[in-house]
This record gives sequence, structure tokens and C-alpha cells, in this order.
Amino acid sequence: MASKKSYHTRKYVITGFIILIAFTYLVRLFILQVPNNSYKLSAQNNVLRHITLYPSRGLIYDRNNTLLVYNEAAYDLLVIPAQVSKFDTSYFCSLLRISQEAFNRRFQKALRHSRYRPSIFLEQISKEDFAYLEENLFKFPGFYFQSRTLREYPLELAAHTLGFIGEVDHNNISKEPYYDQGDYIGKSGIEKSYEHILRGRKGSTIKIVDVFNREQGSFEDGHFDTIPLPGSNVTITMDASLQAYGEMLMENKKGSIVAIEPSSGDILTLVTSPSYDPNLLVGRVRSHNYEKLLKDSLRPLMNRATMGTYSPGSTFKILNALIGLQESVLYPETQYHCSGPESRPIRCTHYHQTPLQLKGAIMHSCNPYFWNVFRSIFNQPGFQDNISNAYTVWRDHVTSFGFGKKFETDIPFEMKGNIPLASVYDRIYGKERWTALTIRSLAIGQGEILVTPLQMANFSAILANRGYYYPPHFLKEYTLDGNKVEAQYGKQYSSVIPENFDVIIEAMQDVIGSEHGTAHWVRIPGLTFCGKTGTVENPHGKDHSMFIAFAPKEDPAIALCVIVENAGYGSTWAAPIASLMIEKYITGDINRTWMEQRILESNLMHDQ
Amino acid sequence: MRTRGNIFSNIDWVIVILYFAMVLTGWVNIYAAVYNEEHHSIFDITQRYGKQLVWIAASVLIILLIFFTDTKVFSTFAYFFYAVMVLILISVLLFGKEVAGSRSWFQIGNLGIQPAEFAKFATALALAKYLSTFNISLSKRRAIIISVFIILIPAGLILLQNDTGSALVFLSFILVLYREGLSGTFLITGLSVAILFVLSLLFDQMYVVIFLSGFAIMALFFIRRSFKNIARVLGILVLASAIVLSVDYAFNNFLGPHQQKRISVLIGVDPDIRGAGYNVHQSKIAIGSGGFWGKGFLEGTQTKYDFVPEQDTDFIFCTMGEEFGFIGSLLVIGLFTGLFLRIIKLAERQKSSFARIYGYGVLSVLLFHFMVNIGMTIGLTPVIGIPLPFFSYGGSSLWAFTILLFIFIRLDAHRAQLL
Repeated sequence: MASKKSYHTRKYVITGFIILIAFTYLVRLFILQVPNNSYKLSAQNNVLRHITLYPSRGLIYDRNNTLLVYNEAAYDLLVIPAQVSKFDTSYFCSLLRISQEAFNRRFQKALRHSRYRPSIFLEQISKEDFAYLEENLFKFPGFYFQSRTLREYPLELAAHTLGFIGEVDHNNISKEPYYDQGDYIGKSGIEKSYEHILRGRKGSTIKIVDVFNREQGSFEDGHFDTIPLPGSNVTITMDASLQAYGEMLMENKKGSIVAIEPSSGDILTLVTSPSYDPNLLVGRVRSHNYEKLLKDSLRPLMNRATMGTYSPGSTFKILNALIGLQESVLYPETQYHCSGPESRPIRCTHYHQTPLQLKGAIMHSCNPYFWNVFRSIFNQPGFQDNISNAYTVWRDHVTSFGFGKKFETDIPFEMKGNIPLASVYDRIYGKERWTALTIRSLAIGQGEILVTPLQMANFSAILANRGYYYPPHFLKEYTLDGNKVEAQYGKQYSSVIPENFDVIIEAMQDVIGSEHGTAHWVRIPGLTFCGKTGTVENPHGKDHSMFIAFAPKEDPAIALCVIVENAGYGSTWAAPIASLMIEKYITGDINRTWMEQRILESNLMHDQ
Repeated sequence: MRTRGNIFSNIDWVIVILYFAMVLTGWVNIYAAVYNEEHHSIFDITQRYGKQLVWIAASVLIILLIFFTDTKVFSTFAYFFYAVMVLILISVLLFGKEVAGSRSWFQIGNLGIQPAEFAKFATALALAKYLSTFNISLSKRRAIIISVFIILIPAGLILLQNDTGSALVFLSFILVLYREGLSGTFLITGLSVAILFVLSLLFDQMYVVIFLSGFAIMALFFIRRSFKNIARVLGILVLASAIVLSVDYAFNNFLGPHQQKRISVLIGVDPDIRGAGYNVHQSKIAIGSGGFWGKGFLEGTQTKYDFVPEQDTDFIFCTMGEEFGFIGSLLVIGLFTGLFLRIIKLAERQKSSFARIYGYGVLSVLLFHFMVNIGMTIGLTPVIGIPLPFFSYGGSSLWAFTILLFIFIRLDAHRAQLL
């Protein structure tokens, strides 16, 4: 041994090397473990699964507590590709009623999303299919169900009013962080207006999962879990049986019916025709059906009652009369001739005695009379030299009746119509270069003004109330934390005092009650009801048939407006429909089956 | 002959205590790694922690057996053990059981034995025997070649079993050769080639060559500028550049995409957390999420729910890091460093060069396992599937490391008897 050279100093090199390694590893471990939080987050992402618990959406009832919308359980089929083992795909496809190609496509999509995380394989499976599938699911490891709810409409009515729900889009999420991808949100109608009441609050639970995404228990004994809060039920002002009746009457006709309870502004019925079965826009078939409805030339997705704008026609004569009375340029006894120089340039289209007083003029819907009324409003002393001011006074009266603006309550997709400003005429004809004669069409409800059926129904309610209205609305009440909350709406006054309505209402009663009235034939025995026909000139085709009415005269329970497009005279179609609606609502029954039969059997759906 | 009492009084108890501390800490971690609520009895031998307890008990028997064996047996039969081991390695190639692509197991009843683990101590013994022979000097080429053969024969056989990790362990014996007089130039050259290899993959080859040239020019300023020295520097530069260019060429032309990927992940160019880098990524998450104090015993979510693969064998350190945090890491590093320094101290006090050289053999093997195993869990070394000594689950590896270490302890206990 002594003969060998000793290398024992090399032990220091080796010791140094060991200490260097130990030190390096400790520094590395310190950096990994102590100051660095990102690994803790990654660890949580690995094991924690935040599972959303969806609350059941609130139900929707009509004013008589008839259920309009409820929830039906539906199931999404989820897949975790990593857990899928060999199985009989053709059997599986036949169970799900999908093709082999669809299976491959969906499975590849899930694979692209993640091997270890669940993806939706097939969404919204009905509970009937689910019951059968679930029994066989054990044959297909890696697939499992997650329950969701679907909306169901037992009465198949009021599609536009109730609206539909759909998955949130990017916009919804960025506006309200409450929503996550895949959540449902009210897209239209009541579902949209009362989304916040109906949706409730989502709950969540945190589960610990292992590397195969198998649940291993709840995180911290559920300390961070929240229970989903079910949505509140909403009661709307609609009368489901009247709505159903209205939809039935409007079948095969284009147009709308809006009925309002004058004493509250409650919308009893809002029919737009053609419409669709609300159940078409539910679940997996929604986008397909929506596409189809969107392409339909009859435009069933358009809500004619709130979005359709029409000239008001003869029904507007009433408003001009009210303005004349209020401005003290017209009295019930005022007479105008319907021929001769006074009637120029508007001639009378009806045959009746002349001259007429106001009541008779309304009953006969005499055009020259109302032209004279209109002219007298503009030719008042003090206004004569300034058409713009005169027009603005007139316009303020008109808008005080709810025209030219939206009610902005909870009515989906309202249009405001059009009551032009004086400046519009200034622009068209030049400043002060126009007179009452220039805009004479307005006297008989033609010309530039446009109104919606909803506004006309509200107008009818103002007449019934002799001067005031509650903004039309759908919400009656909802339950919040077990308490009923009733909707409150402020009373709005028109610019015309109640006394001035007397003669108008008398006249409207004569429209139906008098043998010479334009709608005498739709009278209801034993009921005093008031109405006014309108035949709306339509530059694109046959005139629209319009009728506004309210009943009973003494204590009005219903006010409504009916429009049937391209159907001709107001008295022929709109008036009988309005009459039947009133009879149905007030008596609950229809005695004049011949009239009902005539309406039901008519197909007025002309393609223009 | 010595009496029984004397054997125990001469044993270095520090190293024995370190050994048991490691084995028991290891067991606690295996328990945590495979823990599930259905089987909580620690003696449940259907579970891995139950089995590991059996292996530990068997190790104690092995230790006693070694203590009662005469020390002369180890040196006298060193070549015999080595020869038997080589035969076993050959036979496992012929008759072994294939597990996960490696033919490296013998099945004896219920027990799987991995001969490669035991080849380590046999090789250490043979190397110690050869180098302690009178008149052998590592300054002679013949001695170097024979030593390298002693190391490479078992390593090659293990490589044939497709167990690359275990084969690489034999490279660690270069440390023994270094201690016994192998020129440091070998180590430095080997290290330089390795660094060049990594550099040429990390950076564009042109930059590496430019960097090397700059390095050479700088070197020329500091050396005595004789013709011989200048020629030497330039020669090294040309050689190094050739290595860089050929590595790049070989990487792109001879390796398949799969191999290229593994190497890229290994040197950190490509984290690839879904494929080859998955283990390391998850392992770093587990260790990193432990924080300073750790999540607590049995509270580690990453290891308990199997996010870290092979968490009770090769990646056992993750459990430690996650549940006991930096304090736990410190304990493990501390235990190993203590063990290594103690082995050096013991080796250097040996009067017999056989015992000293064997001691360094033990050190080399343990150090290599420690470096590579912990290094891979924290992303410092490539993922080579070798266990962490005394910690990882497995009978073969525990017994092999126990035999390796305790033969040395036995030799050390005997030193007082030598003149």
C-alpha cells in the first residue's frame, strides 16, 4: 500500500461536489416550494372541480293562476374520453338515434376538448329517452348524464309574449359575469323581461377529483358550496282563455288583437298572427326551428301587436274630436256639411243626412266633418300666424294619449310608431310653408302618423277611463322570498278633461247601438259596448280592417284594438272579432255561434 | 475470532441510525402515496405499504446475516460474487419475465427479483478487489481498461435488458476510479463533451462555434504563447466545433421524432406537459404546491389522487415535497448529505484499501441515485427511471441497497482488528 501514490486529497473534491449538489437542490427546492404560488394554483386546478348547480327556473302563471310555462327535466349526455372503453357503437347509436358519422364527429369533438374532462356529447335528451338510456348506460363506461331543465308550454299559446330561453352568448357574459358558457338566459318576451326574477341563483359545489376525473368527495366538507336558489314564479296579466280564444279567431288571418283592462293597464290578451307553437323553440330543435320560422315569408316571428305600425285610420277621428273639444273649437252641437265648400278637399264616403253634429259624425265616420274639426284646431286665434306652434299643441295632445312613444314597461320589442315633430314638416315643405291643409290627411288618421295596435288598445282604454291610463304591462305579481310582490304602475293623464269624453263615448256606443252605426251588426244583446271602426288605407295592397272598442260602457272591463291586415272594412272583420272577444271575456261564453263560425272559417291570409 | 458483543460495539451507529431514519421516512411516504380509506391497517399486506413493511423486516434479517458474516468472505469471494452476478444477468436475459418492455425480472413464487439491483454491490466488490490488488495503479492504461471492463460488463448486460436507467448507474463508478488515481482530465473531458452536447442542442450551432472561438482567443491571452500551446488550443477548438456540428447533424438526421422530443424535453427546450414532460410537470406541481410547511400527512392531493405517476417508486420524493413541504425536502437532502459525508469519513479511515475503495463504490451508487432521482422530480436532470435509495417502494431495491451499505458497515466495524 505504501508503494502506491496516495490520492487522499481528492476526498475534498468529492466532498465539495456532494455539498454543491445538495446546495443546488435545496436552492431549487426552495424556489419551487416557498416563494412560488403558481404551483399551488396548478395543484388546485388539478384536483378541484367546480360544478354548477342549476336552479329551477321560475314558473309563469296567467292572471287566473293557469300555468303557462313550467320546467321539464332534460338531460345532457356527457363523455370523458379517457374513461371510455370498447363498446358496441352501433347499438349505442341506435339507442341515441344518431348516425355512426354523428357519433364519430361528436366523439372527436370531445377528444379535442380534453381526454380527461367531461364534454357534452349529446344535449337535451328528453326524459322519456333518458329513462331508457339510463338503464343501459352501464354498458358504456365514460358516459354519464347531467340534468338540465327545459321550458315546456302546456297551452301552446302566446309564444311572443312568453318568449323563449337559449344559451347565453358572448355579449351576455361580458355584460353580466353571473353567466357562464352554457347557461340559459331569457332571449325574448317575459323570459327576457323578468330574467332576473325567473332565473334564481346558481349554486356551486366543489368536488375533489383524481387524475381520471373520478369524484373523491367534496372539498372541505362542502364549506364553500352554495345551494342553488330556485327562481321566483311570475304571474302575468294575461287571461289565458281569452288569449287562446283570440289566437283561435286570428287563425288564417294576418293581424293582431290587444286587449287591456282599463282600470289597471293589465294586458289581457296580446295576439299576433301568424304565430307559432312556443314548444318549437325549446331544446335541441330550437335553432333548426328558429331558422325555419325566420325564413317564413309570413314572418311569424314578428310581433305585429307591438312592432307592426299602421296608420290609425278613422279611429283617429275620435282623437281629433277630443282635441277640438279640449281646445274649445268644437262643441257637441257643432255642425258641418259634408258637401259643398266646407268639405273640400275631403269628401264623404258614406251616405247619410247632412249636416251632422259631432255624435252623428263619429257614428257615420264622416271625413269632411273631421277635416273641419282639424282645421279649426289649427286656425284658432293666436295660432294662425304660426303653424309650427299650432301643430305642436296638437301633437302634445296626441302624445298625451300614449302615441309616438314606447310605454317601456315589460313589453318585448315595442315600436314607438311615429307622430312627426313640426320640424319634420318644416323640412319637407319649408319653414312656415305649410298649413293645416297641407297635412289634412292627419284629420282622418292617414298621412305620416303611425301607431301600433298596442297603442290603439291603450287609446281605447283611455276612452273607457275618460282620460287616463296605466301603462300597459304584463307583470301582475311575483313571489320574492315567499312574499308576493305586486307590480305598481303610475297613473298617466291625457290632456283632455273627463267631461269632454262624454259625447265621444255616447257616439261610440251609437257606432254599435244605433241602427245606422257603422258596426251595428256586431252588437251584443244585453251589453252596452262602445267602438269605432277604421279602414286603414294601405299603399301596398288591400286596406287593413281595424276596430277599437271597450265594454261595458258603464264600468269598462276590457278595452281592445283589433287589426286584420288586408281585410278591407273595419266593420267586416275587425269589429266582429272584437265583439266576440268582448262577449267571451265578459260573459265567458259565446252565444252568437254564427258569427264565430264565420270568423273561424275565413281564411284572409293573402300573400300581398 | 471476535465475540458477538464486539461486533456490535464497533459498528458505526450514526450510519445505522441514518439508514433507519431514511427507511422509515420512506415507508411513511409510501403509506401516504398509496393511502386509501378502505385499507387503513398498516399491516395490510395486500397494500404496498404493508408489503414494504415486510421488505423492511426482511432487510433487518439481511443486516444481521451480514453482521455475522466474516469480513474475509467479502474480499475473498468478491470475484465469485461478481461472476455469479454476471451469470444471473445473462440468465435473466434468457429466462426473465418481461415487465413494461424490460426483461429484467425473475419471478420466484410471488416474489419478483430484479437482479440488476444486486449487480451494483457485486460490481463494487469486484472493483474494490481489483484496485486494491498490490501493484495495480490507475496511472497505467492496462489497469484503466480492466477497471472499465469490470464496470461495463454488467452495465452492458443490463442495457440489453432494456433497463437504461440501471445501466447508467454504473457510470457512477468513475468516481471511484477518480478517487483511486484516475487522471482528472478524463472527468473534465467527459464533462466538457456533455456540456457541448447540450449547448449545441440549446443554441444555434453557429453561435456555439462563435462562442467557442471567442473562448479560445481569450485562452490565448492567458497561456504562454508557445507554438505547442497555440496548436493545442486551436486543436481543441477544431475538435469542439466538430462535436457541435456533428451533434446537430446527428440530432436532425439520425434520431426519430420521438427521440428528438425526449431529448428536447430533457434539456428543457420543450416543456411538452402533455407528453414526455407530463411526469416532470405534475411532479413539480406536487412539490411546488407543498409550500414551506407542506400540506400535512395524508393531505397531499396531487399524490393521493394519482396525478403524479409512479409516486410510490421513482417519484416518491413528490409525496415528501407535497405533504411535508420545504422542511420535508430539507430533511431528505440533509439525511442523504449526512450519509454521504459519513461514508467518506468512514472510507477514509479504513486501513484496508479494499474497504476504502468499496466505501467509495457505495458512495458512487447512492450519490448517482440521489442526484438523478431527486433531480428529475424537480426538473434538473432527465427522467431516468431509477429509485430513491431506502425511500422508494420495492423489495429488490431496498434489499440491494441494504446489502450494499451494510457490507461497508461490516467492513468498517472490522477495521479495528487490522494491524
